Amino acid sequence: MSHIHLRDVAVEFPIYNAASRSIKNRVLNVATGGAIQRRFDGHVVVKGLDNINLDLEDGDRVGLIGHNGSGKTTLLRVLSGIYAPTHGVADIQGDSVSLINIGLGIDPEATGRENIRLRAAMMGMAPHELHARFDEIAEFSGLGDFLEMPFRTYSSGMQLRLAFATSTSIRPAILIMDEWLSTGDEDFKERANKRLHDVVTSTDILVLASHSKELLLQNCNRIVWLEHGKIRMDGSASAVAAQYFGN
Amino acid sequence: MTRRFADRDALEDILEAIKKYHLAATFGWQDVAQRYRRSRVGAFWLTINMGVLIGALGLVFGNLFHSPMQEFLPFICVGMVVWGLISSCVVEGCTSLISADVIILQVRMPIFTHILRALWRNIIIFCHNLVIYPFVLLAFLIPLPSTAALAIPGLLVVLLNLAWMMLVLGIACARFRDLTQLVQNLLQVTFYVTPVMWQPRSLPNGASPYLLDFNPFYHLVTLLRTPLLGGIPTLTTWKYAIAMLILGWIFALWLFDRYRRRIAYWL
Repeated sequence: MSHIHLRDVAVEFPIYNAASRSIKNRVLNVATGGAIQRRFDGHVVVKGLDNINLDLEDGDRVGLIGHNGSGKTTLLRVLSGIYAPTHGVADIQGDSVSLINIGLGIDPEATGRENIRLRAAMMGMAPHELHARFDEIAEFSGLGDFLEMPFRTYSSGMQLRLAFATSTSIRPAILIMDEWLSTGDEDFKERANKRLHDVVTSTDILVLASHSKELLLQNCNRIVWLEHGKIRMDGSASAVAAQYFGN
Repeated sequence: MTRRFADRDALEDILEAIKKYHLAATFGWQDVAQRYRRSRVGAFWLTINMGVLIGALGLVFGNLFHSPMQEFLPFICVGMVVWGLISSCVVEGCTSLISADVIILQVRMPIFTHILRALWRNIIIFCHNLVIYPFVLLAFLIPLPSTAALAIPGLLVVLLNLAWMMLVLGIACARFRDLTQLVQNLLQVTFYVTPVMWQPRSLPNGASPYLLDFNPFYHLVTLLRTPLLGGIPTLTTWKYAIAMLILGWIFALWLFDRYRRRIAYWL
């Protein structure tokens, strides 16, 4: 049902405010990050991704590894349809939701109840969907009467519970995650992990960027290794992890 | 969902934003609520501020122009409230996409939703400011003019015009960051050129009529103000505003279609 096909995908960022003359008119290969080049029209361009070919199908649980600046975030954004590739074709079928910043949309002055509404809207939930799920979210958050209190009065653990409960209440076809969501205090941790596993298993395609070998081997059946914006290795989770993390 | 989000064309984006109007409505309402969250009077501070401004301007300029208060005060009241809507929409149109950068880079949502959000926020503020109008009428015991209903189609035309302007400015300002300052600057000038604080008939005889006829903001202001003051906007004003609406949207759609996929890269 869902799939993501990337064909010769490249992503180039135009940098309009870089002092163009300070960057020499040649390709610099930086230790981390993509290549910085100056195009013929004088704009400085950073190549975030280059020549990416990737086919994700139903049931794929893909881990994404690579050093800082290797293009993981950029690729996540291409996969979630936020960046249209500057070259090549990205064919994405299926609604995707990213659980990258689960606090996005929250207003500290608003009450917990209002914040569930705000957060749900930010996740793209329609009012009737939220209506159907509201009680379940409220219950899972375990906040009780605190839902009527302003969000800023919550402890950081409570704040996290609310954001987590709302963000994990949907079941997208494609789920994009940057690291596993950390879930605060001990008693909540277990329930939260179980819930996150439910979301992860019910999704058609999972893409999880992580630096944790354990996490990747636990959740993924395939790993893509990015280096300097290119795919260095793509294969079974155990094989790629063994290469990347060493023995 | 068959087509990839970033590949959609302008019209699809706009239609989806309209279909998901609840997003723009939620965030737009939130923007206003956030500003006045812990205040007792809440968003009615807007009304109070505008009321005081209108009162002061009315007294000063009414006396300067030797205009009778019962004529000048309603004029400046409606004019300021309408100008407030137009100018803040234009200014916030410039920053509508820039300030939504975090959302655009993280969440799949129609781009036009961010424009609608800014528009909706300003409609809410406009409604708060409009409360002053009946009070001014009451103060001078002026009955509500029978032409006031004409302000409703007027408002619709004004809002549709503002929507395309905001879309164009939102895109252009995301790419060229200096443009926001330039627009603010020009808007300030436009405020003085447009009859908001002065009445069109107080133009000296030698003044060029083009000053009004070729000023798009004059027509937009008139479309809303005249019916609320008991007059009927001229056919020229209607034609001008509707022509601007059609041509403006054609241009906005072309621009949006062309650069929609680039917006995320500019943020």
